[in-house]
Amino acid sequence: MTELTCIVCPIGCRLRVTRELDGLKVTGNECRRGEEYAKDEVTAPKRIVTAVVKVDEGERMLPVKTAQAIPKEIIFLAMEEIKEIIVAPPVTSGQVIKENLAGTGVALVATKHCK
Amino acid sequence: MSKIIDVDLVVIGAGPAGLAAAIAAAESGVEKILLVERQEELGGILLQCIHNGFGLRYFKEELTGPEYAQRFIDQLVRHPQIMVKTETMVVEITADRRVATTNATEGLVYYQARAIILAMGCRERPRGAINIPGTRPAGIYTAGSIQHLMNIEGYLPGREAVILGSGDIGLIMARRLTLEGLRVQAVLELMPYSNGLNRNVTQCLEDYNIPLYLSHTVVEIIGEKRIEGVKAAPVDENLKPIFEKSFNLSCDTLILSVGLIPENELSLMAGVELDPITGGPVVDSFYQTTVAGIFACGNVAHVHDLVDDVSEESKVAGRAAAAYLAGKTAAQEQLRFKAGRNIRSIVPQSVSIDLPTTIYLRARFPERNATLHVGNGKARQRVVSPGETIHYVVKPEDLKGNSGFVPVSLEGGQVND
Ligand code: SF4
Repeated sequence: MTELTCIVCPIGCRLRVTRELDGLKVTGNECRRGEEYAKDEVTAPKRIVTAVVKVDEGERMLPVKTAQAIPKEIIFLAMEEIKEIIVAPPVTSGQVIKENLAGTGVALVATKHCK
Repeated sequence: MSKIIDVDLVVIGAGPAGLAAAIAAAESGVEKILLVERQEELGGILLQCIHNGFGLRYFKEELTGPEYAQRFIDQLVRHPQIMVKTETMVVEITADRRVATTNATEGLVYYQARAIILAMGCRERPRGAINIPGTRPAGIYTAGSIQHLMNIEGYLPGREAVILGSGDIGLIMARRLTLEGLRVQAVLELMPYSNGLNRNVTQCLEDYNIPLYLSHTVVEIIGEKRIEGVKAAPVDENLKPIFEKSFNLSCDTLILSVGLIPENELSLMAGVELDPITGGPVVDSFYQTTVAGIFACGNVAHVHDLVDDVSEESKVAGRAAAAYLAGKTAAQEQLRFKAGRNIRSIVPQSVSIDLPTTIYLRARFPERNATLHVGNGKARQRVVSPGETIHYVVKPEDLKGNSGFVPVSLEGGQVND
């Protein structure tokens, strides 16, 4: 059995995952998203990564995020790629900054406009 | 004195609270609104909160801070009656709602408002307030200033950090520092429980194996010019350090995440009554302060865990200011709350007897399976913790038969895990 705190929403339900004959069983969740989270978490944990990238000749950094959650073990590899990025303005929020970040198939997108 | 400009409503601060309040007031028909922001950009503290987790309640979607702010900024174009002034400071307000602003191009300008919404937010408790002995070397920051330095300006503070205090910003920054390659030695928390949200302990500390030392504090700062380390020690049940058990943690950066205080210098100028517990103005169901026509919402009223709650209550304040300006708020009977067992704070501090009001409560200590009593109303709380706000909607029937004070308490919980 594994005990987890659900991080999907701020309620933070305490989840219990047990292995049964017919698959994983989740209890303690107040909604379905908690069940999905718990199953992912014990098989292939994923996280959305947020960071900032440099803007060419800009004084301020541009915030970015992965468009979807990426495997937890790839986070540091993804950060290495993110640190190398310099974007040329203008950028609109939601714009793809880098496709296929660290080979995950997930894009890195801007989360703010930048003139 | 220079000329005085008449406006209906002045909203002070264009962070999440001010934006939501100004938009709600405009939607409710207020014609001349002035929204004043001291920074260059709108959005307030959200601009430096680049992490995600915002908006799950309000937009049913997970957004980062800048994205959440943009949702509101985008709405401003639909409301030309909101006049926005950035890089402008409000230097004075009075009880009869005169507002003095200053900026580089216009100098000092006076406005006569018919209503004011205070939305100045909060600031971090400075180090002085917690008195750590030792030298005063460089390398000591508050969590929010580190957040600004890293996320807006793109600087890294050092290589090795210790974080004192487990507030949400501290937890978020522990992860952020780790991702940028710093080593976070430990998060030390004076209390026996975390002051941040559980999900932040999980996703910011546990995910990266950052140790959280509960019931611990920093007893000494080591280093001359630059901090070289701290001496940490556990504390006893009276929160007194046990010096014999102290140990050293090396670090070139010490980050303080020891709490936030509403920023109310302006409120005091107008004679608004503050609640000594929340540090914010005493407000009623309409987020009106004790001075008629002056409203307060967001972190200036009380420190929130979630921006979603800020938006929600600021909408209430914006609409209420509109109703006030339209002369629709006849004196409604309000009852004041009285905090009982395990209740630290309650906002609003009073409620109107004839309409449902969402209230935000904080517990004094963690417990399980307690029942929240609000007048005649009851709600079971599986887990309460001082770090997590309790929401409750007070209904008129909860107040029936109560006169004067409405008692609020948590009863019958189990204190030990
Ligand atoms: S299980 Fe559902 S309600 Fe509980 S924390 Fe997860 S997402 Fe939130």
